[in-house]
Amino acid sequence: MQTDLLQEARRQAEICNACRYCEGYCSVFPALHAERAFSDGDLTQLANLCHNCRGCYYACQYTAPHEFNLNLPQALANVRQDSWEDLAFPRAAGKAFQKSGVMIALAAVIGFALLFWAVRALATQGGEGFYAVLSHNAMVAIFLPAFLFPLFSIAISLRRYWRQVGAQRLKAVHLVRAFGQAANMRNLKGGHGDGCNFEDEDRFSQGRRMAHQAVMYGFLLCFASTSVATVMHYVLNMPAPYPLWSLPKLLGVSGGLLLVVGCVEMVRLKLRADTSLCAQGAFGGEIAFVGLLGFVGLSGLVLYGLGQTAAMPVLLALHLGSVLALFLLTPFTKMAHGFYRLAALAADSQRQ
Amino acid sequence: MTPAGTNPDVVVIGGGNAALCAAITAAEAGARVLILEAAPKPYRGGNSRHTRNFRCMHQGPLGPLVDSYTEEEYLADLLKVTGGKTHEGLARLAIRTSEACLPWMEEHGVRFQPSLSGTLSLARTNAFFLGGGKGLVNAYYRTAERLGVEVVYEALVTHLELDEDRINYVDYIRDGQTHRVTPKSVVVASGGFQADTDWLARAWGPAARNFLIRGTPYNRGVVLADLLAQDIAQVGDPTQCHAVAIDGRAPKFDGGIVTRLDCVPFSIVVNKDAERFYDEGEDVWPKRYAIWGRLVAAQPDQVGYVIIDAKSLNLFMPSVFPPIKADTLEELAGKLDLPAEALAETVATFNAACGDTSGFHPTELDGVATTGLTPPKTNWARPITEPPFYGYSLRTGVTFTYLGLKVDENAQCAIGDRPIRNLWAAGETMAGSILGQGYLAGFGMTIGTVFGRIAGKEAAAHAN
Ligand SMILES: Cc1cc2nc3c(=O)[nH]c(=O)nc-3n(C[C@H](O)[C@H](O)[C@H](O)COP(=O)(O)OP(=O)(O)OC[C@H]3O[C@@H](n4cnc5c(N)ncnc54)[C@H](O)[C@@H]3O)c2cc1C
Ligand code: SF4
Ligand code: SF4
Repeated sequence: MQTDLLQEARRQAEICNACRYCEGYCSVFPALHAERAFSDGDLTQLANLCHNCRGCYYACQYTAPHEFNLNLPQALANVRQDSWEDLAFPRAAGKAFQKSGVMIALAAVIGFALLFWAVRALATQGGEGFYAVLSHNAMVAIFLPAFLFPLFSIAISLRRYWRQVGAQRLKAVHLVRAFGQAANMRNLKGGHGDGCNFEDEDRFSQGRRMAHQAVMYGFLLCFASTSVATVMHYVLNMPAPYPLWSLPKLLGVSGGLLLVVGCVEMVRLKLRADTSLCAQGAFGGEIAFVGLLGFVGLSGLVLYGLGQTAAMPVLLALHLGSVLALFLLTPFTKMAHGFYRLAALAADSQRQ
Repeated sequence: MTPAGTNPDVVVIGGGNAALCAAITAAEAGARVLILEAAPKPYRGGNSRHTRNFRCMHQGPLGPLVDSYTEEEYLADLLKVTGGKTHEGLARLAIRTSEACLPWMEEHGVRFQPSLSGTLSLARTNAFFLGGGKGLVNAYYRTAERLGVEVVYEALVTHLELDEDRINYVDYIRDGQTHRVTPKSVVVASGGFQADTDWLARAWGPAARNFLIRGTPYNRGVVLADLLAQDIAQVGDPTQCHAVAIDGRAPKFDGGIVTRLDCVPFSIVVNKDAERFYDEGEDVWPKRYAIWGRLVAAQPDQVGYVIIDAKSLNLFMPSVFPPIKADTLEELAGKLDLPAEALAETVATFNAACGDTSGFHPTELDGVATTGLTPPKTNWARPITEPPFYGYSLRTGVTFTYLGLKVDENAQCAIGDRPIRNLWAAGETMAGSILGQGYLAGFGMTIGTVFGRIAGKEAAAHAN
């Protein structure tokens, strides 16, 4: 990892440790105050506990122009970003995509191209609905590896993370606590329930928490929709297409709507927020990632709406292409943060 | 609400806690309020931006505070630190009103935190601000803006024109130009004069030039001097200030809380000739924190050096700068610019005077003392033997000055024995009306909140 970023985070963490005014904002400070000296692993853990709510920046009496030049949200964001690149498997992919909006867009385009090619080359012999465009077997052949590879990659990264931060053996209770905190985004409430300081300097608002909830639950609903459909297909022998009042459709449509609204709001907030409090150079990558996620949701909804028209094959290729890119990029984009954050919360719960 | 412009109902001078409490209260009473703050926006909030808690009376559990803290107990704590130099009537008023302040603060955006690590002993008496004083100040500015209060930053008030028993106008400098406003009421909340080193040096002697100022560089006492020159009633004397010993490497201004050093009880402290000069183990540190400012101020070059060894390093809160570290005392003396032989001698004499250390207990008066040593060390006296050795330099850090405006229970200023009809004062600038000397942690914010609100209410009532 980059030693200059770690050194800067260490310098700031030591000042915070002498101050302690921000203790109640989030999980970072109690963890920070438990140490006296900060190893690289400690800093990586603190960085992944931080979710850039900025409460500690606007409340800090030592921000620039003060010579102590505190900007803990950015110092931690830099280490966090660097840790995601460094812990990625393969590492080169982390370096290539995390910060690069261009590379993420390129990946999406390749995803589209691949699907268009597949539609052409693997033209189906019969089949209903979408399967008339691309056979179920072809879809599985493409998406099963695209689903399994990221899981494998993330598993390796999390193992690396666990070693790096020096956490102990994982127990179920740690995971329960971590999921509990993630589910209601306790930390995003800012310690006092007023939310975070994101889009309008020191004004507290629930905006970012709401947007994040929408994105997360939207994504999970879409994912659930696909999972339910898979079960219906293989276990219950009920292949697609499904009517509106079926579980996959209900989950998919509501999830898609939440996802799109959440992504639009997230981009809006990010454009208003002060970028000097984010990781340096990561803005393009983040916006591109949220864009890709939103596109997955939007193309899914449009596909649902225009599924009976001549535009369907093109829409299907676009949607599946973006899903493919999203899956494959999961370990190498902002998408990975959810996994690291859970790991950080689980490791943190060992302290309690 | 119409903008306050040049003839607002109320002008509030200053932009810290007392000023904001006054401005919010006046605006809620319907007044058009203008805040004139000398600092630029990033540095707004004076010393208040460095605070962390306020001391609050309460009959039962209240907000983050546990148990109860009665008026009598609060007053007793106050009398102990001021050695009786307290205006009891105003002190009781501040104490009694503090209980209603806490919910008022919450209603106006201030958030408190559950008791902090390392400060559990204060969980009953002091409520800690989430995010510290700057978080509090930010919340008040948001509230004030919402109420239509107008804020001008970088507005240095230079003169209040007194005509008999009323302030006619207020002059301030902004962008190199003098501006004049003619408010109906004026609240002064512009702190002490500690950031004016010349004034400190006049009062204290040239040694004061070596003092560090823990808080804002903007509290230079300009308004205070202007009013005192017009014979407005004063209280306290200019030689009194609250000063503590802080890390000698701290910046001249605004170093704040993180420059605090808590290691003195586990150390020996020497002057630049490597001689000890006071009992480092006299009492637990919070009780001795404030006298070390004066002790260091009395040493040559106003500097002291704390020497500890490896076994004491983890017994106190970390501070902003890491200690100077060396494997031998000789090397440490070199790094601290102390005479090496003298230091070796002082440490050897001290070590020889240490006795049985088995009763050592870092958080209690353990009676582990030296014998036959002058000055003695009466607690926590353990020989300094275990390398690496560590050193910090100490300097005097001034928190605030006591000289101020004399006010009555309405926070109103006076000339001779007549009240000035439209002038009120709140916060540090009138704290001397209550405390003649000494200081009780968290009482500064209590005074500012209580008298800020009183001043705001009275100023608005007068304007209507
Ligand atoms: C490091 C530190 C920590 C502290 N911690 C605590 C604590 O935890 N609890 C506590 O109760 N007290 C604490 N204190 C003391 C506390 O800061 C003061 O008692 C309190 O903040 C005083 O508030 P105030 O509004 O009167 O003054 P300030 O907050 O100092 O405000 C004065 C304002 O006046 C402005 N000003 C000055 N001159 C002019 C002028 N000529 N024209 C216009 N504006 C002017 C300044 O810019 C400033 O905004 C601490 C002090 C320091 C230095
Ligand atoms: S961010 Fe600033 S105010 Fe908060 S704990 Fe760190 S140094 Fe203190
Ligand atoms: S930005 Fe928010 S989450 Fe991160 S350390 Fe600061 S207060 Fe905690």
